[in-house]
Amino acid sequence: MRRLDLASTPDFGLSWLDATGPDSDIVLSTRVRIARNLQGYPFSIRAKPADRAAILATVREAVDRMPPLADGVILELDTLEARGRQLLLERHLVSRELAGAGGADSPSSAALVSSLAEPVGLMINEEDHLRLQSLTSGFGPRKTWRLVDSLDEDLGSALPFAFHHEFGHLTSCPTNCGTGLRASVLIHLPGLVLTKEINKVLQGITQVGLTFRGLYGEGSEVIGNLFQVSNQTTLGKSEEDLIDHLHKIVGQVVEYERQARSVLLRDAPNVIEDKVWRAYGLLRHARSLGFDEMMNLLSGVRLGLSLKLLLGPSVFVLNRIMIFAQNAHLEEASAGTLAVGERDFQRASHVRAALAEAERAADR
Amino acid sequence: MLCDNCGKNEAEVHLTQIVDNEMTTVHLCPSCAAEKGLDAGGGKNLPLTDFLAQMGQAAIADEEATGVEPCSYCHTTVDDFRRTGRLGCPHCYSVFESQLRAILRRIHGSTYHLGKVYVPPASEAAERSARLSGLRRKLQRAVEAEDFERAAVIRDQIRELETTADR
Repeated sequence: MRRLDLASTPDFGLSWLDATGPDSDIVLSTRVRIARNLQGYPFSIRAKPADRAAILATVREAVDRMPPLADGVILELDTLEARGRQLLLERHLVSRELAGAGGADSPSSAALVSSLAEPVGLMINEEDHLRLQSLTSGFGPRKTWRLVDSLDEDLGSALPFAFHHEFGHLTSCPTNCGTGLRASVLIHLPGLVLTKEINKVLQGITQVGLTFRGLYGEGSEVIGNLFQVSNQTTLGKSEEDLIDHLHKIVGQVVEYERQARSVLLRDAPNVIEDKVWRAYGLLRHARSLGFDEMMNLLSGVRLGLSLKLLLGPSVFVLNRIMIFAQNAHLEEASAGTLAVGERDFQRASHVRAALAEAERAADR
Repeated sequence: MLCDNCGKNEAEVHLTQIVDNEMTTVHLCPSCAAEKGLDAGGGKNLPLTDFLAQMGQAAIADEEATGVEPCSYCHTTVDDFRRTGRLGCPHCYSVFESQLRAILRRIHGSTYHLGKVYVPPASEAAERSARLSGLRRKLQRAVEAEDFERAAVIRDQIRELETTADR
């Protein structure tokens, strides 16, 4: 396992954006994570710096003998500048807690380990000692779960996890105990929002044991018609049941979304087409874009692509814009800090360039 | 930010929606959101910690909390748990077992883990057998997924482990 230099690997951890997965015109990505703690140490909330350093060293040593992570990379977050940590957060590779978002420092000995061969890795010294995770393109809970499960089997046979005969895997927060499993999809639902069916669907989701959040997970708001749907409970059901349930319910939501889109196309084709092209026009030519505004316009273009009202750019290009036009990414690209107003100009300029490049590529 | 509807209370519900073909984000206070039938989104946007701290307070009544000794390993008290929604160490699950059982039932609707049974690598033999069963499960899964390349690799790993056991 080698140390990762973020500056020399600009595309680190972005394979989930490539839009190659199933239903990736509606489901951007699938994430599965499981929480694990080591026996013999207090949970992170009570851990002293020496405990955290010992946990990091123990896990590192185990992981170094374990493919596919042995050939992977490690990033120690407390050695990174604030912007580096923010970049990882904007790529959805670390949690807010691990990145120390909002001006806070990362917790000591916090690290991200990531395979380069497969989209799987783990966070060390998060709220729980270990958060094993996988993030893949499109709608694939079962496949994503298998990647994490395999890592869990390997790690669990090398390191003793805290496990209770009745409560299962023990976690710092009792909302995670048992399987420790949280599976989520990032799903784009403009059709249901436009047809005003969205609240019914979201209410239905919460009634069957799932929950929804905004783009950045817990506590974040919904922007650009992007919802994160995940299982609410982790105890009392097997891993397979939790995954299958999410698969089944989200599969239905995808179906509802497709139906809503065809209703829109049937009943108001001109309105929808105009909306899509306006969104494209603004993104292609605007000189200043706030992040939320950009996300809403990207939503329109994403819808247009899915309905074949637009032939380009590709979903991949939109996904990349969504990541690279965030604040830390813009600052990284301009190699300096940007004032709030400057950011919006920079963002618009980035979006124009990305779309122009996609147009040129399509012409070739 | 104040509620877009009443302009009095702090907005806590943020809903992006499209009305008359205009995409807008509406910021509402919980009571206006509930009036508009958006309460499904309201409470769910609270961080789980807050949610749990509330649950903890509701689930552990004061009289139940008094007289419960702190965890002997990490010194977490019932009050610490009620305040943060976090336990301090694995041992806390035994110390606060009876309070936790009520909370777990509320959160998950169950207290029994039905997922994979975990066997820690206690001794070399236990480690090997756990690894072997893990590998066999993986082999099974790889075969089911028709990933024969991976299956072959796993089968070799199993053989290697089995031969070291014979020695």
